[in-house]
Amino acid sequence: MALLKMSDFGKRFTIHYLGKTMPAVEDINFSLEAGEFIGIVGRSGSGKSTILKSIYRTYLPDTGSILYDSERFGLIDLAQAAEREVLYLRKYEIGYVSQFLNVMPRTTTRELVEKALLEMDEPHETACLKAEKALEHFELDPKLWDAYPNTFSGGEKLRLNIAMATVKKPRLLLLDEPTASLDQHSKEKVREVIQALKASGTTLVGIFHDIEFMEELCDSVFYMQTQELAKKAQAGVGYES
Amino acid sequence: MFEEALLHVCNLNKQFGSGCSQCSNPSSRMLEKNYCPACGTVYACQDISFDLFPGEILGIVGESGSGKSTMMQCMYFDEEVTSGEAFINDTTLEGENVFALSSQKKRYIRNNKYGMVYQNPVHGLKMNFSSVGNIAEKLIAAGNRHVADMEQTSRELLESVHIPLFRMKEEPQYFSGGMQQRVQIAKALSNNPPVLFLDEVTTGLDLSVQANVLDLIKNIQRESGISMIVVSHDLAVIRMLADRTIVMLNGSIIEEGLTDQILEDPQHAYTQQLVYSLL
Repeated sequence: MALLKMSDFGKRFTIHYLGKTMPAVEDINFSLEAGEFIGIVGRSGSGKSTILKSIYRTYLPDTGSILYDSERFGLIDLAQAAEREVLYLRKYEIGYVSQFLNVMPRTTTRELVEKALLEMDEPHETACLKAEKALEHFELDPKLWDAYPNTFSGGEKLRLNIAMATVKKPRLLLLDEPTASLDQHSKEKVREVIQALKASGTTLVGIFHDIEFMEELCDSVFYMQTQELAKKAQAGVGYES
Repeated sequence: MFEEALLHVCNLNKQFGSGCSQCSNPSSRMLEKNYCPACGTVYACQDISFDLFPGEILGIVGESGSGKSTMMQCMYFDEEVTSGEAFINDTTLEGENVFALSSQKKRYIRNNKYGMVYQNPVHGLKMNFSSVGNIAEKLIAAGNRHVADMEQTSRELLESVHIPLFRMKEEPQYFSGGMQQRVQIAKALSNNPPVLFLDEVTTGLDLSVQANVLDLIKNIQRESGISMIVVSHDLAVIRMLADRTIVMLNGSIIEEGLTDQILEDPQHAYTQQLVYSLL
């Protein structure tokens, strides 16, 4: 059974002060198996982020279904799930990473990562250790661990974001252009983590601008323009279609 | 649903005025905002229903006059509801509509199940009692009689809200606004209530003090798992604190959802306007 299956999914935005309703995406169909990594490709404004945010319920889905095979709830339609169920899934099963950092003010880098673990009922001592390990892994300078992330560079914020999402070892991780503001070296770091997550069984949906970066990692690619899902050949070179 | 609500409110109505033939029928009433132009009745809360789950912070946002504070006052029995029901998931109160209980039982709930923090500390504190005395008052109401224990509890609570030990015997009237608010929070928490109501608690405080109070609230919630209802006109406060948010306008709930969804994909015209106004 697929871990995530979008069927006839559509999302419109009604802007009341313009008196207009604009479709963002329509008739999206794709599914992915547990442990797979699917990349979404498309022009800016084609609705890639809309898909991701709808899976995470930051956007309210309009039509179609988003079936997710949850550990806690079994098969659940994320488009219909109760708010409290979605909150539970966000806490324990589904992670979301974007290039923007939106966190509680005056919370240190270390505290932010620890909190991510504590809310999953991780004991305090191990949460501390795991947080440090994650920060170390993403090469955040230990000098910054006890600083507030407000003044961090784009790359540092992103690495913190990824650290916060990945320490939870989510079953499904949504990546919204996680390499957008990174230099080559930092991208390599992100690649390593994605590979490690994949190896540990995490299922991923990602949006990337950097097609080259993505092609090496993804099992399949969804093209927004043609709305087609292309499986990547096992050997890792070329696509079936 | 995979969990049970701690507090279940259905069809809460609160009106000020007796109503007239033009406004007594909810489906056909023609109001100016929440005001009946024919008889002057104000419909402050209309058909408010919601659930509060264990350990969550529920945000309620709306402009001045939207009925959010009236709703809180009804919940805390400061105001009598016109109609409606509320149920607390508690073995001693199983299946009882708490709005219909005797005043004695309501007092029991206020003293043992609820904590309230008002926008204006004057309502929550006795300004000319010492801070420790204020907390002791609530502890006595909850049935405590042991003076040394109460003093110990008061100290710990005031310490946890960062009131310096040497000022504990002082009266809140000599404290700054932020300190008064923190004493009020300590007092509201003193009986270990499962439900805490917070009504515009950071309104009027400057930014750094506001951040202090918000930190404090968030820490209390994380460490003690108390369920909270946070009323604010300030979306930034709601964004920091609440998992789920209810939007009120003219006495009615017009929208509810996950807080980030309300902020990024608001559905109702009024909510959109509110979000676009966010700095």
